[in-house]
Amino acid sequence: MKIFVTRAGFLTSVQDLGRVGFRQFGVSTSGALDPFALRVANLVAGSDESAAGLEITFGGLHLQFTDDRVVAWCGGKLGARVGSTSLPAGHAGFVHAGEELRFEHAQAGCRCWLAISGGVDVPIVLGSRSTDLRANFGGFEGRALRDGDVVPLGRKPRLEIAATESERISSWSAPKPWSQTASAAPMLRFVRGASWNLFDDLMVQLFTSEPFTVLPDSDRMGVRFDGPELKQRNTIHLVSEAVAPGTVQVPPSGKPILLLGDCQTIGGYPKIAHVISIDLGIAAQLRAGDVVRFAEVSLADAHRLLLERESELKRFRIGMSLHAI
Amino acid sequence: MEITPIGDSALIVHVRDQFEDAPDETLSQVLGVASCLERTNIPGIIELAPAYTTVAVFFDPLAVAKAGGGPDRIHNWLADRIRAAVAPGTDCGRRAKTRGSHSRLVEIPVCYDPEFALDLDAVARHAQISPRQVVDLHSGAEYRVSCIGFVPGFPFLAGLPKKLATPRRATPRKEIPAGSVGIGGAQTGIYPLRSPGGWNLIGRTPVRLFEPSRNPPTLLRASDRVRFRVITRREFDSLKR
Repeated sequence: MKIFVTRAGFLTSVQDLGRVGFRQFGVSTSGALDPFALRVANLVAGSDESAAGLEITFGGLHLQFTDDRVVAWCGGKLGARVGSTSLPAGHAGFVHAGEELRFEHAQAGCRCWLAISGGVDVPIVLGSRSTDLRANFGGFEGRALRDGDVVPLGRKPRLEIAATESERISSWSAPKPWSQTASAAPMLRFVRGASWNLFDDLMVQLFTSEPFTVLPDSDRMGVRFDGPELKQRNTIHLVSEAVAPGTVQVPPSGKPILLLGDCQTIGGYPKIAHVISIDLGIAAQLRAGDVVRFAEVSLADAHRLLLERESELKRFRIGMSLHAI
Repeated sequence: MEITPIGDSALIVHVRDQFEDAPDETLSQVLGVASCLERTNIPGIIELAPAYTTVAVFFDPLAVAKAGGGPDRIHNWLADRIRAAVAPGTDCGRRAKTRGSHSRLVEIPVCYDPEFALDLDAVARHAQISPRQVVDLHSGAEYRVSCIGFVPGFPFLAGLPKKLATPRRATPRKEIPAGSVGIGGAQTGIYPLRSPGGWNLIGRTPVRLFEPSRNPPTLLRASDRVRFRVITRREFDSLKR
């Protein structure tokens, strides 16, 4: 009912689908930066979609299992091995008690989400098992995992997924676009932000046509970009209001910041755009030096894309139930 | 009442244009709208986040699509429901106007000793008064929580005596200890957690403002009234325990 963290890697934290309902108290969402990837990994591992898993940044994580579990992961281009067997993204893998699961360093993208059948069973704090790394609560002792930690797991599901002793790695897998989310030419689709009109045509054109480069001081709070300076028509003092993961704000420097799951709840910078929900998975893979472009879509298109993906997931979920034994 | 999308899963209800001209009235209206939406139970709404002049509404587009029919109408359907719920003619809309008259008064002990008050002299110089007068003014006023945000439990307090308004530091500090009381522009506030920050520090409270094991997790809520009580260093230490 637990795993040993032999090596914690660069930054590994317990995350679920995020903390909801406490924004009015200034509490961030936290949660997997790509909640969809965690949901898919959970489904493949035979867990509840909302179960807590591990968010692994840049790899380097080694876990030793103390009982038999089914695992699955989705996200960037990392290598994973169960013992000496390679476990590709989106496949279910069977790990025996005593075996080690290792994540190698990321070749492209930077994060992946590991689901373990039964889920990671840390206490629920303010409705979620996610680690709030800024305020240091939730998750495993409110912090990133360290070498030597012993992380509790939940009870194994009654129906195990058909990655069995004979078939250690499942032959079937989740669709590639869901399980391998690092993009060679990342394009982030967005809907206009409330402050769109504070920027003139030239600025708006720069935003939608020029490449932006990811800066090294990006983290779970936000992705910082270098690129053309986005100047407002006139400097207007805005009253602080809610911001959310996906919000692209433009501070006085003119260099945009794309907010992610650990972002604060309110902000006073102009909001030029909001990256649509289904592209947050691409945003979660951005690393320093990556070059990104922004493309506008309508709000109705954003909703249509989200609804389409959800009905595809529904079909996948039904298909998955055939793999349960 | 203007309603604008912030992405595909949230929108902002603009209750008033400005905050500074009438903080009390704005706060009451904004919280009134929030509590009104809370009671109305519109399908798909996940949570509400009031801040100064606005109420942000976070929603599940799938649930709204189910209730409102089709992806093209999600925003408009929800915006219509919200407008209807807070219309001045409704019961809820009327009650919304009166909320805030009975907000709680919370007293917060603060030690203004030099050890904690790293920028007290700078604030005094800026106001052209003595540090002692800064403390008297700051602890003599009554404040109101306009908004909780930035970090969990951080109260943005309106009601700072005009004389004490001091611009934020040019270079923010990388780390500010939990409990630090600061002045940022025309507002005062308390850092609940160790965090970076650019406000001028004038004291520290031993009281915890954020406690994740409690629900609600924060000492203060928007609309609470706040007074600061001057304590000695010795009292600070004994309260801290």
